[in-house]
Amino acid sequence: MQLELGHIEVKDVQFGAKTEFRNGTVFINKNELLEILKNEHFSKIELDIVHPGDAVRICPVKDVLEPRVKIAGSGQIFPGYFGNAEMVGSGRTHVLKGMTVLTVGTIVGFQEGIIDMSGPGAEYTPFSKTINLVISADKKEGLFQHEHEAALRHTGLKAARYVAEAARNAEPDQISTFETRPLSEQLNQYPDLPRVAYVYMLQTQGLMHDTYLYGVDVKSILPTFMYPTEVMDGAIISGNCVSACDKNTTYHHLNNPVIDDLFTRHGKDLNFVGVVVTNENVTLLDKERSSNFTAKLVEGLKVDGVIISEEGFGNPDADLIMNCKKIEALGVKTVLITDEYAGRDGASQSLADGHPLANAVVSGGNANATIDLPPMRKIIGHIDAVNIIAGGFDGALKKDGSITVEIQAITGATNELGFNQMGAIEF
Amino acid sequence: MAEIRVVHYLNQFFGQIGGEEKADITPFSQEGPVGPGTALQKELASDIKIVGTVICGDTYFNENIEAAADKITSLVAGFKPDLLIAGPAFNAGRYGMACGAVCKAVQEKLNIPVVTGMYEENPGADMYKKDVYIVKTGNSAAQMRKAIPALAKLAMRLVRGEALGSSAEEGYLARGVRKNVFHKQRGSARAVEMLLQKIKGETFATEYPMPVFDRVSPRPAIKDLSKAKLALVTSGGIVPKGNPDHIESSSASKFGRYDITGVNDLTKETYETAHGGYDPIYANEDADRVLPVDVLRQLEKEKAIGSLHNFYYATVGNGTSIANAKKYAHAIGEELKKEKVAGIILTST
Repeated sequence: MQLELGHIEVKDVQFGAKTEFRNGTVFINKNELLEILKNEHFSKIELDIVHPGDAVRICPVKDVLEPRVKIAGSGQIFPGYFGNAEMVGSGRTHVLKGMTVLTVGTIVGFQEGIIDMSGPGAEYTPFSKTINLVISADKKEGLFQHEHEAALRHTGLKAARYVAEAARNAEPDQISTFETRPLSEQLNQYPDLPRVAYVYMLQTQGLMHDTYLYGVDVKSILPTFMYPTEVMDGAIISGNCVSACDKNTTYHHLNNPVIDDLFTRHGKDLNFVGVVVTNENVTLLDKERSSNFTAKLVEGLKVDGVIISEEGFGNPDADLIMNCKKIEALGVKTVLITDEYAGRDGASQSLADGHPLANAVVSGGNANATIDLPPMRKIIGHIDAVNIIAGGFDGALKKDGSITVEIQAITGATNELGFNQMGAIEF
Repeated sequence: MAEIRVVHYLNQFFGQIGGEEKADITPFSQEGPVGPGTALQKELASDIKIVGTVICGDTYFNENIEAAADKITSLVAGFKPDLLIAGPAFNAGRYGMACGAVCKAVQEKLNIPVVTGMYEENPGADMYKKDVYIVKTGNSAAQMRKAIPALAKLAMRLVRGEALGSSAEEGYLARGVRKNVFHKQRGSARAVEMLLQKIKGETFATEYPMPVFDRVSPRPAIKDLSKAKLALVTSGGIVPKGNPDHIESSSASKFGRYDITGVNDLTKETYETAHGGYDPIYANEDADRVLPVDVLRQLEKEKAIGSLHNFYYATVGNGTSIANAKKYAHAIGEELKKEKVAGIILTST
């Protein structure tokens, strides 16, 4: 399966008469988009455009997405979601690089996050460096939580698809080609190089803790094999917001850095054979079943090593360790990517579970570390959510608009796909 | 430039008073550096002076921790110091405990920077590494040449109020505090690099060392106790009166093997406890409370158990390093296996 990914560099985003890409700028017809997003569940939908450096705070953020459109090859972006069941990951896809679409509005649960476009908080989120089309959707009274979450999810996906159409006829500034051959061929393509696979753990703990694969709730799947390029076409989308720091936004899935960095070295010092995707269900039976199945799939791949990324913390630490020790027992080397909850003083045990075989760990940092955020001139969303979101607390929002909060509340701060440079070390 | 005043804490041996026979000396102070303090002084910058040394016997300290720490803190205060340096203690357990406790007390009461040096397996390290900075040293005084400059270096950074880097960078024992840092590469790139190193068998450094939950798998249960020969082993320090093998009250360097042929009951005339980590009154009155010889002899008589092995093993578990505990367990286990003992009752305090 071969995919050409064409990056169209976005220098600016503005509202305009017609939705199109012209001279480095994405123009968006505001009214046309609002009409498409109109939804019986929302009392109000507003659109804003924010730029890196703006004195703007966005909260509570649900999901962040990237506009991508399929130019050639089967299927469409976010397959299975809008009724198209064709497989993706081949052909050609255009990406509007440097911008995002993100959803905010009345809080759904208490796991949504903060994005500051400037100031100290901006250091902790990748989305302070992108131009963001912000969709604020406030819910109508009496809307149930699961309907609210679903409505917001649909909104983000629809908006990302709509904006991406502007890239259809644009000329990419850069084209990268990624290829993974059918397994039996791929295994033998580079006989002298170590074979590696990627075990991709997805958050699946229930309402507002879910993830979707080709439109299917990943809670209900058995671990399965995927081509890495399927992920680049949106085969995996986020239906969760917990916690903001380490939930994988749809943007993170589309831009999975483990897949990206494995491809960078593919054919040079490793042979990247494919992806095993698995879930993080809450029952012991499911955990044992999924980790057993994952180990069985990994064994069948005959690889020398795997990278395992976790999503979330606490309960899924058990899944992470189960996957690790069962795969290590096969003689396959593992490296785990996780983040830490070591308490505000950094002195508590970082993970809820451990094992001596988990001797190679990359950390996304301690999510409990606190940060002081200054007041911001403009707020998009509902800032008092800060007092109840994970990482926040009663009194986190001060009268002058400044905030003291754990970085747990900042979207993408301790991402466990290894998206960021931040980590933690021992003092 | 104002002179920076340093006090140095040493045990009876490094304080040049004497060996084990002087381990019971009470704390006292004297002017200037003593013993390794002289070498330490040479490594310190010219404006930093060891103005005094406080010396205390390891046994006295460990048997009178609070009183000794108080007395030593006032002796230290008498020099009006800006910094306290203790040891280095290497792998000497009682000395390590004393250095750690003294540092902690001085840090809290006098509010000055403190630093000591120990081997990472020293029980004092385990006990105090979260409270005070402990420079990593080798495991014996043969490494004094390396330890002194390392100790001096960290001491100077602390007294000058410099912000310390990670434990790996600065050479102190990890204090178990996780702090966020920005690496040069993103996490996924670091993971790919680490995986390739691991696959190739090269050394790599995990970013998060797993906490160690030491688990020992239990052996299958004894099917018929009435036929089994059982042995008693204790880390509660029960020894024949007079402690003939001089097992230390803390950080025991040995275990003892004692004949209980014909002994049905331990009395205050014949047995005592050597353990310095608990109030000895009740164990000294009746050592069966820690080592239940009387109960096992009774069970033997009733034929509830096959027999009680005529030798018991004892050590003191107070401040014993994990490495030593493992060593003694293996040695004792081997001997009892040869004696065809079916099961062991291990008591601890």
